[in-house]
Amino acid sequence: MPDTKIPRQAMPKQRPKERIRNFNEVALGFSAELAQKEAERCIQCKKPFCIEGCPVEIDIPVFIELVAEGDFESALAKIRETNLLPGVCGRVCPQEEQCEIVCVLSKRFEPVAIGRLERFVADWEIREGKMDVPSVAPSTGHKVAVVGSGPGGLTVAADLARLGHKVTLFEALHKPGGVLVYGIPEFRLPKAIVARECEILEKIGVELKLDFVVGRTATVDELFEMGYEACFLGLGAGLPWFMNIPGENLVGVYSANEYLTRINLMKAYLFPEYDTPIRVGERVIVIGGGNVAMDAVRSSLRLGAKEAHIIYRRSRKEMPARDEEIENAEDEGVIFNFLLNPVRYIGNEAGRVKQVELLKMELGEPDASGRRRPVPIEGSEYKMDVDTVVVAIGNGANPLVPSSTPGLETNKWGYIVADAETGKTTKKGVWAGGDIVTGAATVILAMGAGRKAARSMHEYLTTGEW
Amino acid sequence: MFRIVERQRVNPEVNRFVIEASIIAQKREPGQFVVFRLHEKGERIPITIADADAQAGTITVYVQELGKTTFEMGRMNAGDEIADVIGPLGNPTPIEKLDGEVFAIAGGVGSAEVLPIARKHKEAGNKVIAILGYRSKDIVILEEEFRSFADEVYVTTDDGSYGREGFVTTELADHLEKGRPIAEIIAVGPAIMMKAVCDLTRHYNIKTMVSLNSIMIDATGMCGVCRVEVGGETRYACVHGPEFDGHKVNFDLLLKRLASFKEEEKISLERYQAAVGDEHTPWGAQDA
Ligand SMILES: Cc1cc2nc3c(=O)[nH]c(=O)nc-3n(C[C@H](O)[C@H](O)[C@H](O)COP(=O)(O)OP(=O)(O)OC[C@H]3O[C@@H](n4cnc5c(N)ncnc54)[C@H](O)[C@@H]3O)c2cc1C
Ligand SMILES: Cc1cc2nc3c(=O)[nH]c(=O)nc-3n(C[C@H](O)[C@H](O)[C@H](O)COP(=O)(O)OP(=O)(O)OC[C@H]3O[C@@H](n4cnc5c(N)ncnc54)[C@H](O)[C@@H]3O)c2cc1C
Ligand code: SF4
Repeated sequence: MPDTKIPRQAMPKQRPKERIRNFNEVALGFSAELAQKEAERCIQCKKPFCIEGCPVEIDIPVFIELVAEGDFESALAKIRETNLLPGVCGRVCPQEEQCEIVCVLSKRFEPVAIGRLERFVADWEIREGKMDVPSVAPSTGHKVAVVGSGPGGLTVAADLARLGHKVTLFEALHKPGGVLVYGIPEFRLPKAIVARECEILEKIGVELKLDFVVGRTATVDELFEMGYEACFLGLGAGLPWFMNIPGENLVGVYSANEYLTRINLMKAYLFPEYDTPIRVGERVIVIGGGNVAMDAVRSSLRLGAKEAHIIYRRSRKEMPARDEEIENAEDEGVIFNFLLNPVRYIGNEAGRVKQVELLKMELGEPDASGRRRPVPIEGSEYKMDVDTVVVAIGNGANPLVPSSTPGLETNKWGYIVADAETGKTTKKGVWAGGDIVTGAATVILAMGAGRKAARSMHEYLTTGEW
Repeated sequence: MFRIVERQRVNPEVNRFVIEASIIAQKREPGQFVVFRLHEKGERIPITIADADAQAGTITVYVQELGKTTFEMGRMNAGDEIADVIGPLGNPTPIEKLDGEVFAIAGGVGSAEVLPIARKHKEAGNKVIAILGYRSKDIVILEEEFRSFADEVYVTTDDGSYGREGFVTTELADHLEKGRPIAEIIAVGPAIMMKAVCDLTRHYNIKTMVSLNSIMIDATGMCGVCRVEVGGETRYACVHGPEFDGHKVNFDLLLKRLASFKEEEKISLERYQAAVGDEHTPWGAQDA
């Protein structure tokens, strides 16, 4: 029986003092006991809003009931019907703004910990040493190219492979997963979880071609010449933005992408055991207030920085990062500086950054995003000594594929123009979805876009109609 | 995995490798490069494609031992496998029939980078003059290859042990003074050498292209470590280059950025050398 008197179960975590000395996962996950207790809180609404809150519409009440009954295997199967990456989403989805915000319980109590339960069932399967490999329809003989192995591409590849199409997944990097492997740190999303999801993909017949840069190794048109009949572009938003202020090219000023790629993909935290170096020094400042900034600043502490600062130009309220990650960062000792913006960096003779000049801001009228606009306070500049700067103010669209693909339209920011319902681009036989269409968004939204595109691609492959 | 078909030590610090990489071999054009990652714990390093055999599906590269990764690569042999070879990356060099001579200028291992560009200029009907500079006689490479097609070949060594004593700029200055009809210069080598060439040709207002060897990781425009200043604007050497108008490049910044991880690189190399028990110390041709 549902029991609303049970409080929302807390997630056991590594203690802050210990965790800032390692890259192991911070949140340790529910035990079966905790999971069942949490699942019992669900009141099994007749009209479950949570389903609508989830971009891929997981049948949340049903999976939670199965958890409460202790039938974890069926719970996982239920989630897998609509979400192939439960271990990933359960960890990184902004649940507090998606499925959990609409949970009826949150009106009087705290919402059911849907994400944590989702994560629990995914982890349970691993702990049991099982791997549920989905069944695949008989081969249709159609060949499909999926470019980019982020959550969007992985979803398209899985959906189409299950429908019997022959899918090849092309990835520029040497590991599949997109941001999940090069951006989000191990302490938030263990790479083994991503690797496992990719292994399942290979088990259902998806061919992985790593080290293949579309636009260079072969263009989209050349993929068609090679016999692919349809192509999905899940390129992500992998082009770092800078602020174009003086001193930004000094040594020690990293883009968040470089910083996190060195750390996550190249394992620089294990240097010199691994060959890729990184240098952080004593005081690190990270510019920005999103998840990327939180990941960079928390990584800095783990790399030995004595002080790790967030510099954000609005106030805490406007910070786009997930609450849970902001709290984790606070617990770990990250110093938050609000209403501040860097205006220039100052270097030493070796060209290495040694100081940042900061300008104080105040909040003005709301801007187009609905958030109050930061306005500089004139004459409020001051300097701060720094050893390392990480610029985490967002990413744009990489032009490699659009510029080598005639007929593929992009908008004024370089993002690919695609139909919101089908993912169809302006070029026949080409679909796109995820961050390369919407700009930097979320894992689950990229997966949702992948799902819609897969549906439309299947229709095209079977009917030939564009 | 990408198999090494051939490895040959061409001088005390440079090895030539022929590697199986069939799609890259068919696709690559002069001016382009690949990124290697030797093994699971390796770093990603860019190396220019010096030559390719589309039929055999192989690419040829010349790798100078500078630090841990290139040193380790120099100890790999035919039959060994490289975990990742990514490419071809970077923009191909634009090559057309020009009104005037093309000067191909190389410093050290830069000869391997200039070679395919110079050869294509010759094929396009241009008169090609090569100036190859080395520190000393025992590290001269590819001279014969250049002589096989170039209209004129000049060799300089810093210590005078072979060819003319001096730098590539010593030789180039004479040609500039003589007022030869130079349509374009392409210079590839250590950043400091490319800077010297550009400082010289700037006064003559002769188009001088350079290929920038900045530090790279993904080399697809994602990380931004390779950023350089060209004409006051930030450009990414991997996707906007690697070739740029040398007169607009901020070489001082490039030199400083190349030294970003000097101390870490030293730790890495010493640790590796101790592990393999090799006393070899790289020649110190590093940029900074
Ligand atoms: C540090 C960081 C933290 C984040 N934290 C969260 C979070 O907590 N929760 C959340 O929901 N979202 C988070 N996000 C956002 C989320 O990761 C992205 O929205 C999501 O990954 C986008 O998926 P995608 O499929 O569009 O592409 P991506 O994940 O960006 O993957 C694109 C892939 O395509 C490859 N590719 C690109 N061009 C080519 C080419 N020409 N040829 C071949 N391959 C190519 C790339 O190498 C890459 O692997 C975070 C992002 C970052 C950077
Ligand atoms: C487009 C391009 C083409 C190149 N072509 C060739 C070539 O054909 N033959 C050749 O011998 N070398 C070439 N290089 C240089 C080569 O990449 C570096 O020598 C190599 O990365 C050094 O690695 P290391 O670990 O042995 O040395 P390290 O000890 O790590 O570094 C030695 C020096 O190499 C530079 N360097 C270090 N890491 C990198 C990196 N990831 N990317 C680029 N430079 C780095 C730095 O200046 C450093 O001081 C090229 C570089 C670029 C950017
Ligand atoms: S996928 Fe994300 S939004 Fe959907 S139920 Fe899971 S945590 Fe909630």
